[in-house]
Amino acid sequence: MMVRVFVPRDTTALAMGADEVADRLVAEADARGIEIALTRNGSRGLAWLEPLVEIETDAGRMAYGPVSVDDVAGLLDAGLLEGSTEHPLAHGPTEAIPYLARQQRLTFSRIGVTDPLSIADYLALDGFRGLETALTLEPQAIVDEVKTSGLRGRGGAAFPTGIKWQTVHDAPSDQKYIVCNADEGDSGTFADRLAMECDPYMLIEGMAIAGLAVGATQGYIYLRSEYPLAHRILDEAIARAEQAGYLGADIRGSGRRFDLEVRLGAGAYICGEETSLLESLEGKRGMVRYKPPLPAIEGLFGRPTVVNNVLSLAAVPYILDRGGEAYANYGMGRSRGTLALQLAGNVKRGGLVELAFGTTLRELMEDFGGGTFTERPLRAVQVGGPLCAYLPESQWDLPLDYETFASVGAGVGHGGVVMFDDSVDMAEQARFSMEFCAVESCGKCTPCRIGSTRGVEVIDRILANQDRDANLELLDELCETMEDGSLCAMGGMTPFPVKSVMTHFPDDLQR
Amino acid sequence: MIGYYDPNKHASKDLGTPARLSEKHIALTIDGQEITVPEGTSVLRAAALADINIPKLCASDNLEAFGSCRMCAVQVEGKRGYPAACTTPVEAGMQVTTQNTKLARLRRNIMELYISDHPLDCLTCPANGDCELQDVAGAVGLREVRYGFEGENHLSAEKDNTNPYFSFDPSKCIVCSRCVRACEEVQGTFALTIDGRGFDSKVSPGQMEDFMDSECVSCGACVQACPTATLMEKSVIDQGVPEHSVITTCAYCGVGCSFKAEMKGDQLVRMVPYKGGDANHGHSCVKGRFAFGYATHGDRLTTPMIRDSIDQPWREVGWEEAINFAAERLKATQAKYGRESIGGITSSRCTNEETYLVQKLIRAAFGNNNTDTCARVCHSPTGYGLKTTLGESAGTQTFDSVMKSDAIIVIGANPTDAHPVFASQMRRRMREGASLIVADPRHIDLLDTPHRGDAQHLPLRPGTNVALVNALAHVVVSEGLEDHDFIAKRCDTEAYQAWRDFISEERHAPEAVESITGVSAEAVRRAARTYAKAPNGAIYYGLGVTEHSQGSTMVMGIANLAMATGNIGREGVGVNPLRGQNNVQGSCDMGSFPHELPGYQHVADATARSRFEELWGVPIDDEPGLRIPNMFDAAIEGSFKALYVQGEDIAQSDPNTQHVEAALTSLDCLIVQDIFLNETAKYAHVLLPGSSFLEKNGTFTNAERRINRVRKVMPPRAGKEDWEVTVELSRALGYPMDYRHPSEIMDEIAQLTPTFTGVSYDKLERLGSLQWPCNAEHPEGTPTMHEIDFPIGPGRFAITEYVATEERANRRFPLLLTTGRILSQYNVGAQTRRTDNQVWHDEDILEIHPSDAEVRGINDGDWLGITSRSGQTVLRARLSERMQPGVVYTTFHHPGSGANVITTNSSDWATNCPEYKVTAVQVEKVSRPSAWQQRFDDFDREQRHFLKAAKDPAAQGVPQ
Repeated sequence: MMVRVFVPRDTTALAMGADEVADRLVAEADARGIEIALTRNGSRGLAWLEPLVEIETDAGRMAYGPVSVDDVAGLLDAGLLEGSTEHPLAHGPTEAIPYLARQQRLTFSRIGVTDPLSIADYLALDGFRGLETALTLEPQAIVDEVKTSGLRGRGGAAFPTGIKWQTVHDAPSDQKYIVCNADEGDSGTFADRLAMECDPYMLIEGMAIAGLAVGATQGYIYLRSEYPLAHRILDEAIARAEQAGYLGADIRGSGRRFDLEVRLGAGAYICGEETSLLESLEGKRGMVRYKPPLPAIEGLFGRPTVVNNVLSLAAVPYILDRGGEAYANYGMGRSRGTLALQLAGNVKRGGLVELAFGTTLRELMEDFGGGTFTERPLRAVQVGGPLCAYLPESQWDLPLDYETFASVGAGVGHGGVVMFDDSVDMAEQARFSMEFCAVESCGKCTPCRIGSTRGVEVIDRILANQDRDANLELLDELCETMEDGSLCAMGGMTPFPVKSVMTHFPDDLQR
Repeated sequence: MIGYYDPNKHASKDLGTPARLSEKHIALTIDGQEITVPEGTSVLRAAALADINIPKLCASDNLEAFGSCRMCAVQVEGKRGYPAACTTPVEAGMQVTTQNTKLARLRRNIMELYISDHPLDCLTCPANGDCELQDVAGAVGLREVRYGFEGENHLSAEKDNTNPYFSFDPSKCIVCSRCVRACEEVQGTFALTIDGRGFDSKVSPGQMEDFMDSECVSCGACVQACPTATLMEKSVIDQGVPEHSVITTCAYCGVGCSFKAEMKGDQLVRMVPYKGGDANHGHSCVKGRFAFGYATHGDRLTTPMIRDSIDQPWREVGWEEAINFAAERLKATQAKYGRESIGGITSSRCTNEETYLVQKLIRAAFGNNNTDTCARVCHSPTGYGLKTTLGESAGTQTFDSVMKSDAIIVIGANPTDAHPVFASQMRRRMREGASLIVADPRHIDLLDTPHRGDAQHLPLRPGTNVALVNALAHVVVSEGLEDHDFIAKRCDTEAYQAWRDFISEERHAPEAVESITGVSAEAVRRAARTYAKAPNGAIYYGLGVTEHSQGSTMVMGIANLAMATGNIGREGVGVNPLRGQNNVQGSCDMGSFPHELPGYQHVADATARSRFEELWGVPIDDEPGLRIPNMFDAAIEGSFKALYVQGEDIAQSDPNTQHVEAALTSLDCLIVQDIFLNETAKYAHVLLPGSSFLEKNGTFTNAERRINRVRKVMPPRAGKEDWEVTVELSRALGYPMDYRHPSEIMDEIAQLTPTFTGVSYDKLERLGSLQWPCNAEHPEGTPTMHEIDFPIGPGRFAITEYVATEERANRRFPLLLTTGRILSQYNVGAQTRRTDNQVWHDEDILEIHPSDAEVRGINDGDWLGITSRSGQTVLRARLSERMQPGVVYTTFHHPGSGANVITTNSSDWATNCPEYKVTAVQVEKVSRPSAWQQRFDDFDREQRHFLKAAKDPAAQGVPQ
């Protein structure tokens, strides 16, 4: 019997040389007269082990990583194909690797396990069961299930998904839309990409369920142009899903329609903001719209539109399959279900960690992340992307949940966790926050358009010790102006990281 | 004493966001004051209505809310944060606070950011005293800019001075996007955008082009919208901020836009479209907005002049001498050649009052009906056709009606060039989803409206209108798309049955007429269905309908189509002639035609005539007088010897120029009253200097029957308003008229014209404008006509047999020439050629399809001889895909172009409206001007010299 070998094909693995590793494996096996069955699976999300080669054995899949081209021969010599655990790169059964074993993977249960484009693989692991259930339900019942799950928007705003769907469901219109925000642009985030590259049918299924729930027949995935692989995989997956009757004019013979298309962004961070995204999707300049009207009432082309993050939609198949209650059983307080945390920055073991709400940053950074890559002491961590606060050690034991974080002026955001060691200059980080806003602002509202540029200048004056106290006061007032006066979260939240530096790392501004 | 329309009382305040028309009203509290407004109204507007003035920069009530400046931040009880009042709709029971310490600080801090990137040159800035940024900075109490002025900024951004009328100084720009939004929402051109993002955001014409190189059409909406000196009229930069203003009506085109003439003393600084104007709602075009410099041009005639023959130099004389000279000549002519030997032509550019007086002069003092007007050569078929079918010689709708149309048919009109402000309104409706159907030989710009919905083009061959409209009607009838209910209730059954039998004949089927019109049957069927099935279908048409041998037939065909589909008598529908000149409607209403007294009362109608006879104290001839072409023929034949022409340039505008010239040179006495030495005046014996629209009081009536006030903003250059001159001439002829003010003339019009009995200057002052009929039945006027019935009772379908024009292409003249207008120039160009509008169109060009050009070896810019059965002229070529093969096109804005040397005497069977739109021609490459053009140049040089000689008697001889 041929040995099944898995070499991931997601962007991280490819960046680490997975293609070369796969080629070498085939070549070496061939040279040795061994026939292997190579599967290009998705990533398990253990970025620190990529390329993570797996061998299927009677005892389950055995993991080796990170494997370089030069390791291949040695691994084969050491009994790779038999699942031997002798080699230093061997980790034993993949699912027993503590980093993975300790996670609570509801959404990311299939990533890395399957061939992302294989519908058979998807079906074998509960795929499309949520959609099949949804097809038996009244739209309102689907919405109710999502409400029961307590799912909140995973893009960062944490708005209850079920309530958003209810609004679109209730809005009368001859055309409604489901728009997936896949413009994943926060620093240190990659969970959307993993979902799309490693388990695209999950997103397709989630969107189709959303369409059934609210009466939308057309979906768009607004994908950032920097994800060319996800683009190819999604296009192929959509084509195959249509072929198999999971999309199109007559989903699984139900007579109900849902079409799906991928649209590429043009490289602007602001297009991750839902109203800019809609403008961009309509072919216009990515400029923020004011609200109300909410996109749920007047969204894409003025029609009621669900705009959800990839992870919100990706959570839906599980909820419909297992029931909202099952999902709601995870989490704490008003934050139900699991959160996909992405460990990045100065971290030893970067990767995706899906856990129920309630864990602490310290557990995450130490137990999973293993501390800093530089092995210097951790000093600060930015959770939730460039518009969220930098957290000092005093806040690392807070339970990760939306309300707790908000209460200290921090945010969970999209779950990106960017770690910094003690060599970090937090004044530079504050300056970077303003600069990021200056570069990425759409330019519509004044506080953001001019304020961010002035913010950089004021910080520069503080750092140059020019009228430091007056300028610190001005910076504080500028933050207040941007927070109170900006049209969207871009300008409105840029002050959060800046103020967190002023509050928690004041010494860095007093050099 | 009649006061000026007070802009402070009417629509002068910017309420921040557009009105909402909901029937549902919402009560809320703003700063403790209870306010009730229609649902959907913004908090900003609600506050402004209660005179609670929240600071704002990016908001303006002619633009949808944008929410970018954040100056209008407010606090709302129970709501988080500081929402912008402009983007926050009112809610029942809402409690809004607009002023407190927190909001004051927020606004001041935002203003501080603005000013950190703004030049501090208020005292030398052209907007000083007229700058919203300055006002708001004052209102929020900005006292310092803590950021300093050393930071990143746009202060050295380069000015764009390419547009002749306004400058663009991006260093002063606050990126509020009002200009961009005005270009999109108000004008509909989409020439402007914001380039870059964040701090680099900047206003960009096209893709960072100059204004002149961009798609900008210089309508001025952006200049109007700019809250700073970024987009600024050059006249204000030169002269400073105006100190008073007068509301008046534009003298270009039949849209009849209201403007604020902004003045310094008697100097006109700028014309600003007036928001309270019901025809234009604060919008304008390049002509009305900017091209007013002709009024003070050095070519203006300022002294009366006389001469015995046209080969003599002019003699400057006083008014009395000139008037008496004219009167004596007229009297002598009548004594010698009879009462019918003289006549007059009224002007569609002059006021109603002036036009009324000229026809009164002719009927009462000349004692004949030899009065006609330039509408003869443009919309006379409208008068005839609509009167015959619908019972009234006027468009049925108000302009705003188009905002309720679902399908809009435009036939033989080019609104974006000829009626730009109304075109913008059409485009707005098209962006809202209305379907457009254009029947025109050319691909007109309306078809290229950005962000429009469905648009269909029926590119018919010139001269085949009637065949096309019959085919459209055939589809309506044969596919069961008639509105039987409407027809049964509103139309004459017998006429309808006869028409139905006629139109049902297979020879009118789209398939049958395809070979005549050149339009595919499928396209015709689709268009007919679109129009007939739309809840509201409206038809707009222009001279491409009337200026044909079957102009009147076509007008009736249009009326048939509207009646058959029930598209008459409510908003959103109707039959709408787009009038060319500012007062075409008015000059027709005022009895300018030889067969009709004011109000379209036939001279043969004894009852009507007797009322006039009684008031005027003279008998009125009961036989119609001569039409303009008859006058020409009679002049050449020798029985018509003297003509009084007010504000009309028949030598340039009428067809077959050489024929017109022959007629004019046959006259013993030609009296021309005009503001310039126009082409006709070169044949004159008496020159009476006219007054421009800025120099007199009166009224114009636009294409929607709207009577608008024209107000004097400066004294007449030559000392007299035009109506005063007519009064003088009448007195000299022995028929004294006694008016002290044009309002008294209007009172007389109201007394004699059943559709005007409710019109008075007092009411116009009160209501701004009035749409006739305005009488006891409709005391405040009639925006939509024929709502209940037609003036003739039932509507009358007319049989519209298509008869091909005799002006057809053959081997000798294989191409069809059609003529039209261009945006920057107006009519004969006498006004616009004396402005900077010349930069856009300084010569008339012949547009020709590339395939026609190729077979003749013609390239762009080549000199082309264009020869018709009437004559030859020479123009430069422009290859254009807008044309269809076999059709060429030009304009007649420049007299030396001789466009009308080629047009023929062929005319409408009913009204003699010339067939300007179809002339069979041949085109070939040539190397020099035509013989006519050479003669024209010589004559022109000679006549200009005669004018100069009048000023400087020392100059002698004729220049070679």
